[in-house]
Amino acid sequence: MTLTTAREIREAIVSGKISAVEICRASLTRIEQTNPTLNAFNHVVAERAIAQATSIDARRAAGATLGPLAGVPVALKDNLCVKGVRTTASSKILDTFHPPYSATVVGKLESAGAVIVGKTNCDEFAMGSSNENSAYGPVRNPWAVEHTPGGSSGGSAAAVAAQCVPLALGSDTGGSIRQPASFCGVVGVKPTYGRVSRYGLLAFASSLDQIGPFTRSVSDAALALSALAGRDPMDSTSSLEAVPDFTDALTGDIRGVRVGVPRAFVADGVDNVVRRAFDGALDVLCDRGATLVDIELPHARYAIPVYYLICTAEASSNLARYDGVKYGHRSPTSKDDTLTTLYSRTRDEGFGAEVKRRIMLGTYVLSHGYYDAFYLKAQQVRTLLRRDYERAYEVADVIVMPTSPIPPFKLGEKTDDPLQMYLADIFTVSVNLAGLPGVSVPCGFTAGAAPLPIGFQVIGRMFDEVTMLRVADAYERATPWAKSVAPV
Amino acid sequence: MSTTLTIEDVERIAKLANLELTREEKALFTKQLADILAYAEQVQAVDTTGVEATAHVNAHDSERSDEPKPSLDVAEAVANAPDGVPEAGLFRVPRVIG
Repeated sequence: MTLTTAREIREAIVSGKISAVEICRASLTRIEQTNPTLNAFNHVVAERAIAQATSIDARRAAGATLGPLAGVPVALKDNLCVKGVRTTASSKILDTFHPPYSATVVGKLESAGAVIVGKTNCDEFAMGSSNENSAYGPVRNPWAVEHTPGGSSGGSAAAVAAQCVPLALGSDTGGSIRQPASFCGVVGVKPTYGRVSRYGLLAFASSLDQIGPFTRSVSDAALALSALAGRDPMDSTSSLEAVPDFTDALTGDIRGVRVGVPRAFVADGVDNVVRRAFDGALDVLCDRGATLVDIELPHARYAIPVYYLICTAEASSNLARYDGVKYGHRSPTSKDDTLTTLYSRTRDEGFGAEVKRRIMLGTYVLSHGYYDAFYLKAQQVRTLLRRDYERAYEVADVIVMPTSPIPPFKLGEKTDDPLQMYLADIFTVSVNLAGLPGVSVPCGFTAGAAPLPIGFQVIGRMFDEVTMLRVADAYERATPWAKSVAPV
Repeated sequence: MSTTLTIEDVERIAKLANLELTREEKALFTKQLADILAYAEQVQAVDTTGVEATAHVNAHDSERSDEPKPSLDVAEAVANAPDGVPEAGLFRVPRVIG
């Protein structure tokens, strides 16, 4: 059997066409078949999953009402804590960590009836754009295994694209949901900052991190977001805003919606194949009755340096907790070693190169003599960037741009030059800096024998995921891309 | 301002960050961090006179009153420690005071 969408799976379970245990076994089998090739999962929790699915079937047999995600197999990025389930953030430093508590999103998924099947591979501590920074090896793209699935949530994107699960969670600090969604031909949502609780997400850059879903349709993304969103007393930055039923947003009607296009910003450095797909997406939105509006985002060209100055500064502080004392890897010490030696040797052994690079950069920009010139300056330009977006939203209801300026690249192609890797994040990072919601939707493929997916993103006003999802869904209904299936 | 980075700078930052880098890592990071900082210097060209800094984008006041509430059990909190004594609620570390 094929695992299709979360909605279809729930419907089949509720109507008795199939049991949650059968669905769960199908998911586990698919993971077993594909993981030797894709390396999308760090660990699978088969027994736990079967037990959860069994309890869903028991609830149905007892005539209980089933939740909106009843029996839906879900994969979680391995930086999300599940009580008692190994959680590594794909880092050696957390190789043995078993969290004593679960993330709020885990509780929300499980109360909606979802069945967690495993933890997905990612760039170490979510730092990377190709999944090559994992201590457990890279994930491979289900469309062409020599290519990257994107990052940092590459395993979650690949798991959905390979139909191991219809729903997976990732985290997006500078594009880590949207870019791998684009590279793997699936839908990926980064909600508004504060829309979803971050409690139990291993922190990377706390003013930017946000958890969101990967799915094979915008409709499933809306379903998942409704289950995930809401105020959480355990995360003081989670929002007090009311949570609408995002499914109600999917009317298919976008007549009169003003779609902002930052023409100057997307004019340079975009690969031709991406440009053609993006222009095609604009035509579809026009055909559906939307109005295209030219907008300016004058400070968006500074988004990369601003993002990398701020996220590394926050990371250097957040990752100070990994010291060999409280959890994870600890370097052996001799009698004469000091506490500082224990810390610094443990951290050198436990962290990979990209994590060390970012901790170093962040420590530098926060240090005496450089704070004003780099960190404070970046925070001020962040304000100007937010104002650019506010101004743009006076004339536009959503903003669209490519998700990535380039199609999926080959593994190993960019690992020698970190700056070149950073530059490819140009269209995703500004959305996190401004706290806006964004969704990446498939919009085409590269040419050739092994076509690779291309995506574009729809960016909404803060807390207006409704309009954003309506536009993305209307686009998806009019195009064949989301229905394409990866050959793996 | 123009950023130059020496191996001594990298050693100083590594010490601040509690990272014991190898000689190869120091050499690599001296070059890579200099490249990244040279690129990041472009933000200094932006006129930010009178512009407030954005530290976060929260739309609401996220402060709360400081009231003790039930939290993680001590033994559970220590259970992951590579050299912990959960029953005593302690972590073991190298000697701090001589």
